[in-house]
Amino acid sequence: MSLKIIHQERQEFSAERMAEVQALIAQYPEGKHKSALMRILHMAEEDFGGWLSVETMNYVAEILNIQAIEVYEVATFYTMFNLEPTGKYVFEVCRTGPCMLVGSDNIIAYLEEKLEVKMGGTTADGMFTLKTAECLGACGYGPMLQCGKQYHEHLTKDRIDEIIASYRSGVVPKEIAR
Amino acid sequence: MSRKILLEHDDVPGIETFDVYRKHGGYRSVEKALKTMSPQNVVEEVQKSGLRGRGGAGFPTGMKWSFLAKPEGVPRYLLCNADESEPGTFKDRYLMEKIPHRLIEGMIVSSYALGANTSYIYIRGEYMWILDILEKAIAEAYANGFLGKNILGSGFDLDLRVAPGGGAYICGEETALIESLEGKRGNPRLKPPFPAVKGLWGCPTVVNNVESIAAVVPIVNDGGDEYAKIGLGKSTGTKLISASGNLVRPGVYEIEMGITVEEFIYGDQYCRGIANNKKLKACIPGGSSVPILPAHLVTKTAEGTDRLMTYESLAEGGFASGSMLGSGGFIVFDEDQCIVRNTWTFARFYAHESCGQCSPCREGTGWMEKVLNRLEHGQGTLEDIDLLAEINKKIEGNTICPLGDAAAWPVAAAIRHFREEFEWHVTHPEESQKRNYGLVLPKSTLV
Ligand SMILES: Cc1cc2nc3c(=O)[nH]c(=O)nc-3n(C[C@H](O)[C@H](O)[C@H](O)COP(=O)(O)O)c2cc1C
Ligand code: SF4
Ligand code: FES
Repeated sequence: MSLKIIHQERQEFSAERMAEVQALIAQYPEGKHKSALMRILHMAEEDFGGWLSVETMNYVAEILNIQAIEVYEVATFYTMFNLEPTGKYVFEVCRTGPCMLVGSDNIIAYLEEKLEVKMGGTTADGMFTLKTAECLGACGYGPMLQCGKQYHEHLTKDRIDEIIASYRSGVVPKEIAR
Repeated sequence: MSRKILLEHDDVPGIETFDVYRKHGGYRSVEKALKTMSPQNVVEEVQKSGLRGRGGAGFPTGMKWSFLAKPEGVPRYLLCNADESEPGTFKDRYLMEKIPHRLIEGMIVSSYALGANTSYIYIRGEYMWILDILEKAIAEAYANGFLGKNILGSGFDLDLRVAPGGGAYICGEETALIESLEGKRGNPRLKPPFPAVKGLWGCPTVVNNVESIAAVVPIVNDGGDEYAKIGLGKSTGTKLISASGNLVRPGVYEIEMGITVEEFIYGDQYCRGIANNKKLKACIPGGSSVPILPAHLVTKTAEGTDRLMTYESLAEGGFASGSMLGSGGFIVFDEDQCIVRNTWTFARFYAHESCGQCSPCREGTGWMEKVLNRLEHGQGTLEDIDLLAEINKKIEGNTICPLGDAAAWPVAAAIRHFREEFEWHVTHPEESQKRNYGLVLPKSTLV
């Protein structure tokens, strides 16, 4: 992914979160604090609206006392980091072989129809961004999608209806325990 | 026979907590190793066990450990590879989710054996909720004196940390993992130097898969010789197999190595056959990087003997008629599935995941994806099929890491065994475009 320059007003971690960040940095040996970068970027995404603006990346560079370019390099390499604004919930639907074998193509088609948006797009109300993903380590429980920290597995059309309704009402749908 | 060693007690409620795990015999191996064994003793038991790396390559773990350089005054590191991104593989996740303490216990004993005082578990970023589970379990282990300073009064100190990735398959390759853990892009390093000499922050490092490290627990508890009695020949012990595709009961199974493939696919204890009463068409037994086998070579070898779930038996016949156990990502295809489409999804995966450092891999994987896309959608030519074989040869052996090969070999195998199907897509452009793949959801997914 190439770097897109998208701006956002600078935001900073809360005092509590900053303490967490500092504890994380302290886990690494003297001079190796750059190792905390990836985890801090995940935290920044979580706290600052689900994506990384240039301001956020610069802020993280300041915290770690490294060059901003070192942060851009990493943020552009790893596909989990969003470099532009997304919907409130991002659905990442796995489309790799094993999920395809159990019908991920249909699930993708149904999601596009139901949310009235193409893969890669965001719904008009800003609630959902739809994306495809490569194997997420749930191959035996496919078709599946990931939304934040939650995996939704064994997807069917009915199940998708439930999941969408639940997110719309602001509740993260629980998965059936295995 | 299903044999639970790694997943012992996975069905006990609360086994993810320290107390319940401990009550069921957890952390015994730490007591035994730290109180009665030298680090060298532990390495010797692992050597005797015949344990082979469960991350995919099957390299003997004890031998790998014996290569670790031990210069004076330089820290050594043990890194647990929990990147698990090979399509078809979801076994490490199961173990960490269900029995996180089993991995932590293995990390303590293994770190002790290697003389590592700080160890890391590198976990794929998408498994963020498992990172939470692990950190909770680690905090419990600290609180109970199994991590931290002077563990059980033995004088051995260990700090254990978890670090997330960010969605890059390549970070499962051990030197890319190290780069990533250093807070950089996951570009594999040129070897030598090998991690055993210069790894994390330039220090001697061992990288092992989650399952390999978990297996050290029973090896220490029961002794390497006992462990070696399980399994068959050089495939000692049990193996976690993650089964996916068109099966009645996909999922994660711990098997004793040596059972037949037939039993694994059709047996009541395992996958219970092909979903929707369909027939077996093909199988990829070890994750997307290994060659696909057509039905007649899945349960039998070309010689007509039973194919077994072992490193050796799955590889029998070499590239001509065999495959590999790999990571244990067992993908099963029913008679309605399209091999071309599947090969295309995998090629797309590798093109997406190439780190881009070497041109044969970066360009070659992208090119293969394009050609397979064409073929799948009825726009290819017969020459395209040969072109794929050509691209293959250009990638093979010309890259820094094995991802290039991992992308190329499965395509070659698919063409070798299913050439007519590729040709059908050329001769039937309209049908191949119209075919509506995967319309039927197997019953097992309709829970
Ligand atoms: C492209 C690529 C991806 C890999 N992905 C993984 C992985 O996700 N998990 C893993 O344990 N090993 C993976 N490996 C293998 C590791 O490089 C390494 O051999 C392994 O972690 C060693 O552990 P083991 O000896 O216990 O198997 C991968 C290798 C390559 C080339
Ligand atoms: S073979 Fe591919 S993934 Fe491996 S280092 Fe080269 S470009 Fe990167
Ligand atoms: S193929 Fe979809 S999770 Fe693995």
